[in-house]
Amino acid sequence: MTDLTAEQTQALIARLTTLADDDLLLSHRDAEWTGHAPILEEDIALANIAQDELGHAMGWLELRKTLDGSDPDVLAFRRGPEKFCNSALTELPKGDWAFTMVRQYLFDAWEALWQDAAKASPYGPLAQAAALALREKRFHLQHTALWVERLALGTPESEWRTREALNAVWPYALGLFEPLDGERSGIDAGLLPDPAQIKARWLPLVTAHFERCGLTPPNAVPVARGTHTEHLAPLLTEFQDVNRQYAEVTVW
Amino acid sequence: MTATLKIQANTDQHTETAEQHAAFEARIAGGEKIEPGDWMPAEYRRQLIRMISQHAHSEVVGMLPEGEWISRAPSLRRKLILMAKVQDEAGHGQYLYHAAETLGATREEMVDALLSGKAKYSSIFNYPTQSWADVGMIGWLVDGAAIKNQTMLAGCSYGPYSRAMVRICSEETFHHKQGKEMIVQYAAGTPEQRALAQDALTRWWWPSVMMLGPHDKDSTNSGVMSNWGIKTKSNDQVRQEYLNEHVPELLELGLTLPDADLHQDADGNWIHGPINWDEFWDVVKGKTGLNKERLATRNAAHDDGAWVREAMLAYGNRLRAQAAD
Repeated sequence: MTDLTAEQTQALIARLTTLADDDLLLSHRDAEWTGHAPILEEDIALANIAQDELGHAMGWLELRKTLDGSDPDVLAFRRGPEKFCNSALTELPKGDWAFTMVRQYLFDAWEALWQDAAKASPYGPLAQAAALALREKRFHLQHTALWVERLALGTPESEWRTREALNAVWPYALGLFEPLDGERSGIDAGLLPDPAQIKARWLPLVTAHFERCGLTPPNAVPVARGTHTEHLAPLLTEFQDVNRQYAEVTVW
Repeated sequence: MTATLKIQANTDQHTETAEQHAAFEARIAGGEKIEPGDWMPAEYRRQLIRMISQHAHSEVVGMLPEGEWISRAPSLRRKLILMAKVQDEAGHGQYLYHAAETLGATREEMVDALLSGKAKYSSIFNYPTQSWADVGMIGWLVDGAAIKNQTMLAGCSYGPYSRAMVRICSEETFHHKQGKEMIVQYAAGTPEQRALAQDALTRWWWPSVMMLGPHDKDSTNSGVMSNWGIKTKSNDQVRQEYLNEHVPELLELGLTLPDADLHQDADGNWIHGPINWDEFWDVVKGKTGLNKERLATRNAAHDDGAWVREAMLAYGNRLRAQAAD
């Protein structure tokens, strides 16, 4: 299928940009651990996850480029915070190891399920990109699920840190399933997965895992997509620092 | 090193005989690799643990100066490459700790020696990274120097170290290439990019030349290490190879090397001017440079991660207890 309506193109662009922004910011937060992780093996593992997330972000932006000719580097380095459409979940500071692992686990579960559903999209380039990313995403999910378990069933300290992290992150994670403006026509045409259906798979999956780990997610109101925290602007200031300092350089 | 290792070393010394030494040296002379279970002189073991753990620490501390720039890399592609590179360094640290473990050192002992400041690491990582172009210059010059050294060590007599070096060199070659590609591009880029490249070269040139170690006449450990086939070339030999490869490439880009005495001799070797070794030793001893900051960063990561390691241990014990039930 190659004939997209203007509305469907806009729906795809909206979703691809959101996916890219989430992956980009999460990659940034994960990479903040490189050289500072609790064990050397995690300097390696989390750096790997951070690279995969960045690679996925690049993949989504490349797909967007085929739809509207936009430049991935310009989108990443020259947009201000008001133009970013990531979930606030991904912009929160890295916190402690429990926070990083719980956030990544919840995000991995969401994205793996979304990618799994997107494999069936009749829009071929999206289905292919989703299948490719999903292979890596499954490894992330295994890794972070095990960390959540280790920490929750480790020591009293690691248990409370994990519980605190879950309480803090949960409302933001629920916000991942908010539909995007303009996405409806893509969902109705079957081009894009329906976030409500993804949530219906995600909720029992993660709740069962937390239950095995002796944890219960709190009752919480989702933080709506489009709501940003005070952490996004300084994150982008750092992220875009060198690129913006040399405004006339186009090739790095 | 720790008490355990000293005891082991002393015991070995008591039992070392001239025949054992002769047989050991004959194996090395015959080009055989020494493997973990083999008999070896205590001093050979000691020198290797010192050298391999120092090398591992250098990789681990080496994550810091470049890791600083991951968050600020100016394009998606450069960011991805830099992340992969710093991750490789963590991986090299891991291989090397494992290689040293085959000699009886433990990760905990080695890490403690680093964190307490007892063990050294390459002083090159105590220089600050001041601009984005430093990332490229470190890849080209510092990793270039490391490759020269490590290619030599890939031929060393201790099997696990030699094999680790073969793997590490193949990844370092990628780091070297990406650094060079960056600087070549910036040297031909906008005036600002060119100025960034020149400034980085001016700051990193001498540290990278010095990183190949003191002159042969001043190198205290070199003698015994070359006798036992650990080092198969001298510091000055490796430095000469390094200059001969890198000087013409840098000059070709129209960049200026900060050495007024640099010239080529009749044999085509590039000869450098006098080296300011006082500066080198000041950095090695932590009088100047970021030694304190680097160690503080590593210590903070270690201390902040203590509860995570305790949780891993407790979880492992819980699994074992469940399996035993």
